[in-house]
Amino acid sequence: MGEMIYKRTDFLKARPTHYCPGCTHGLEHKLVGEVLEELGVIDRSIMVISVGCSAPAYDYANVDNIACLHGRAPATATGVKAALPDSIVYLHQGDGDLLSIGLDETISAAGRGENITVVFANNNIYGMTGGQMAATTLIGQKATTCPAGRDPHLDGYPMKACEMIATLTAPKLVARTALYDIPHIIQTKKILKKAFQNQIDKKGYSFVEILSTCPTNWHMSPQASMEHVKNEMEEVYPLGIFKDED
Amino acid sequence: MKKLMKGNEAIAEAAIQAGCKCYFGYPITPQNEVPEYMSWRLREMGGVFKQAESEVASVNMVYGAGAAGVRAMTSSSGLGIALMQEGITNLASTQVPAVFLNVMRGGPGLGTIQASQADYNQMTRGGGNGDYYLPTYAPSTLQEACDLIQKAFDTAFKYRTPVGVMVDATIGNMMESVDIKENVQPDPSIPDVNEWCIRGGRREDGSVHRIKGLFNVPEECEAFNEELAKKYDKIRENEVMVDIKDCEGADVVIVAYGTTARIAKQTMKLGKENGLKIGMVRPQTVWPFPYDELREACRDAKGVLCAEMAIDQLLQDVKLALEGTKPIATYHRLSGVMPSANDMYDACVKLAKEAK
Repeated sequence: MGEMIYKRTDFLKARPTHYCPGCTHGLEHKLVGEVLEELGVIDRSIMVISVGCSAPAYDYANVDNIACLHGRAPATATGVKAALPDSIVYLHQGDGDLLSIGLDETISAAGRGENITVVFANNNIYGMTGGQMAATTLIGQKATTCPAGRDPHLDGYPMKACEMIATLTAPKLVARTALYDIPHIIQTKKILKKAFQNQIDKKGYSFVEILSTCPTNWHMSPQASMEHVKNEMEEVYPLGIFKDED
Repeated sequence: MKKLMKGNEAIAEAAIQAGCKCYFGYPITPQNEVPEYMSWRLREMGGVFKQAESEVASVNMVYGAGAAGVRAMTSSSGLGIALMQEGITNLASTQVPAVFLNVMRGGPGLGTIQASQADYNQMTRGGGNGDYYLPTYAPSTLQEACDLIQKAFDTAFKYRTPVGVMVDATIGNMMESVDIKENVQPDPSIPDVNEWCIRGGRREDGSVHRIKGLFNVPEECEAFNEELAKKYDKIRENEVMVDIKDCEGADVVIVAYGTTARIAKQTMKLGKENGLKIGMVRPQTVWPFPYDELREACRDAKGVLCAEMAIDQLLQDVKLALEGTKPIATYHRLSGVMPSANDMYDACVKLAKEAK
């Protein structure tokens, strides 16, 4: 018998996901799951699910979970945490949910310093509804509601979540990461671990933005999508730690 | 022990005594004393108070706390309740219990900050999408408001549903003597919340609890709606509350609730003094509505006067109850202009004369 050196995280159910080939949502769930497992808090973890491509994640979470209305995950997580202060709350939100319809809830939960961990999958597009322009869509990027490419005179400029949230006093950790190669995956996991450790230690709010892919709506191969993150997205959304308070 | 208290504060205290552990709210007149009172009193009692960034956030905070099986509530006025409607239908669809207090002001839109009953349709017909109802209590005294908000928590948990309590700004802002029941224990018939609520992790058998209202399969959503409908039938069957006074042999029956019902009492007195027999049907639940009780109570009446601080909203239910069997007249004042017992009496006299 060989030695077990890798296994599926116990945080997720043993079933395939609906995510498109080359999409990073699944990898993000997996990394969070591994982190929660390594931190030994699976037995008090709650997944707070938002509206977007990750809405059906209630079928994957192998822990108690709650599906939220569009944009309201930080408010719902605030309520969960008020009732269950010792639970470990994982919010997974996309850019439409977090930066557009739910911007008020995002900023307000961060401002109050709610003891939660927000994972922001920024893929520059509305994936679930078929590729409309997002607040994060790059200048010149084509989407179904900006078919000629995003024109800043018509549609404004990309909004930057980390930069905004880092201006607030309460957040403890604000970081942007990517997943386009092994070192970045390892780095993302490290930052996620810190973000959840903050919550376990009741230090307060942590925000991890992950530059994510959407091969389907970008009309790119999975490989080209990863290169797009590295070459195009990173230029507008620089990786790094924007705030880290111990 | 009887105490003289302001409406909004008394209702907040009653909620705490009924085990409310989490309150989330956003300021709006005429209910600001509720969050103000909760901010110190609930914390003093070991609960959680959060001032939300909006009513949209409040209702979703209530959702999170309710999903954890905790007694949670919010309060607002019509405009804020309008913002909460998506959250209320979500609570109905996820079967999460919670209590909503609406201290009604004049509308439509920004309207006035004074007393009104123009949120009747908002509370009983729902502003959210889909096939759901909001069981709603409509107390007319401060004592009744305190008793019914305590009952509202039990109803919410008994049926796993959001429940409304609506009072007008007069009840919220007046002072009256109340005897608030302390340390009220939950109705023993309420199922154990641990059967459904989220707690974190999973059960010993490996199962997880999920709170969700989204369906990917049409047949599953249809079946869920049918189940929900059965629940509403059960509520209709068991939870109707109505106060019927002097309806036997009455010439005119007034249908009124809340503050309007208090004024109608004065009108009944005027009737007694002047030889016109006036009875009253006062719905204490406006959903479910006491249709059968109202029809039966009006059996002897020549006519029925529907009195409200709204234009023909309660009237729709009165018409449904009477099914065209009695002449109906209406009397209303709006937007903080209070109904008058004398004018209401004149309307009764006119109705009795015309209905002969």
